[in-house]
Amino acid sequence: MVTMTEKSIVVDVSELKSRFPRNVMKQPGGEAIQKCFQCAVCVANCPIRAIEAGYNPRRIIKMTLLGMKDRVLSEEFIWLCSVCFLCQERCPQEVRPPEVMNAIKNLAVKEGIIPPAINKLIEAFKENGRLYPIDEFAAEERDYMGLPKLSEKSNFVKKILEK
Amino acid sequence: MKYALFLGCTIPSRALNYELSIRKVAEVLGIELVDLDFGCCGFPLAAVDEIKAFALAAGNLSLAKKHNLPILALCSACAEALTKTETSLAEREDLSKRVNRLLKTRLGLEYRGGVSIKHFARFLYEDFGIDNLKKIIKRPLKGVKIANHYGCHYMRPSEVYQNFDDPLFPVSLDLLVEATGAENTNYKTKMECCGGAIAGMNENIAMKLAETKLDDLSKIEVDAMVVICPFCSIMYDKQQVLISEAEGKNFEIPVLYYPQLLGLALGIEPDELGFDLNATSVEKLLKKIGVEE
Repeated sequence: MVTMTEKSIVVDVSELKSRFPRNVMKQPGGEAIQKCFQCAVCVANCPIRAIEAGYNPRRIIKMTLLGMKDRVLSEEFIWLCSVCFLCQERCPQEVRPPEVMNAIKNLAVKEGIIPPAINKLIEAFKENGRLYPIDEFAAEERDYMGLPKLSEKSNFVKKILEK
Repeated sequence: MKYALFLGCTIPSRALNYELSIRKVAEVLGIELVDLDFGCCGFPLAAVDEIKAFALAAGNLSLAKKHNLPILALCSACAEALTKTETSLAEREDLSKRVNRLLKTRLGLEYRGGVSIKHFARFLYEDFGIDNLKKIIKRPLKGVKIANHYGCHYMRPSEVYQNFDDPLFPVSLDLLVEATGAENTNYKTKMECCGGAIAGMNENIAMKLAETKLDDLSKIEVDAMVVICPFCSIMYDKQQVLISEAEGKNFEIPVLYYPQLLGLALGIEPDELGFDLNATSVEKLLKKIGVEE
């Protein structure tokens, strides 16, 4: 594991996968990653960075562009973006860092590297078609408040999510 | 005015006060809300598979298209996911083809665009109009100090929303609050994110984010915070209780959904606006407004 609070990361050239940045660019949202010129505006106004010094979108982008596939995909930090879009609005190169993070996360999922919390989320959607099902308790509460009846589960979501 | 109400996943099970207040307010405003069998907007699944997330949004949009209804969304993440899908599929033929291939094989559907999507607050600001709103206020909330929380997905990314409001210095919600007669308060952490999107992934960071804003608000005198997204409410209202306990703090900052505030100003009775489901007590606020003994 790479600790992102480390001052520097030693790059092992033999580990670099030159196809990795190109694969990120092929994912929806990853298209503009190569425009990044490492100005760190994204880091400067990142609310996650303000709390967790280890989270550093600029560094994640640089590691991706270098081709550090295994280290990037296996790190928890790629899952920490809160998708607030502050960096996206301020990035002078229109890189769209939150979209880039999504592209990288999509590749991690394809490689089977999925954090337990995300796996739970996927299972919940496959089961209910919703983040939260309208269970018996919620249905009763809705009825009591005079809110309309809604279907408990969403079937079309399940169909889209099937392998 | 007839719209399809997009509730998303969180509101119909965890934010019934938001749903109830919006339905009451819509009645007063003369807006007919139709319930269609919508599913997830796709946002929570974008990290897993962006194409499937687009397909989920497009599936919902095709349902609205079939009924020929514009969408009103209440959750900012839903509004963003649906709007992004509408604009991205229109701009990118390659993406539209990939998404439609999935829609066709899985659901026998197709989506070629043409549905208008707006967050309820944006609709009030752009279509219903601030001036028209002011004309029907029955109980002006004079002297009530409000701290607005815009959240992130309501007006960002600006390219998705075609800059309907400034992405970094927005005004629409401030104007909507002022329309009720209440006073809008500016504060340092106004544009901070609630942390809701990563609460499942890393609860500590999410709670810290929420706490930052609650700390800031406890230093200035406000009667309530106003939010327009269920995730933000969960972080600031429901979690406020937990953060207070964990950190030995005593915040007691009421967190209202904007339609709850507007509902009071429109003269709707508080018990019709779902206040008993607000986690942090609103009693002091209601007394100040003079609607509770």
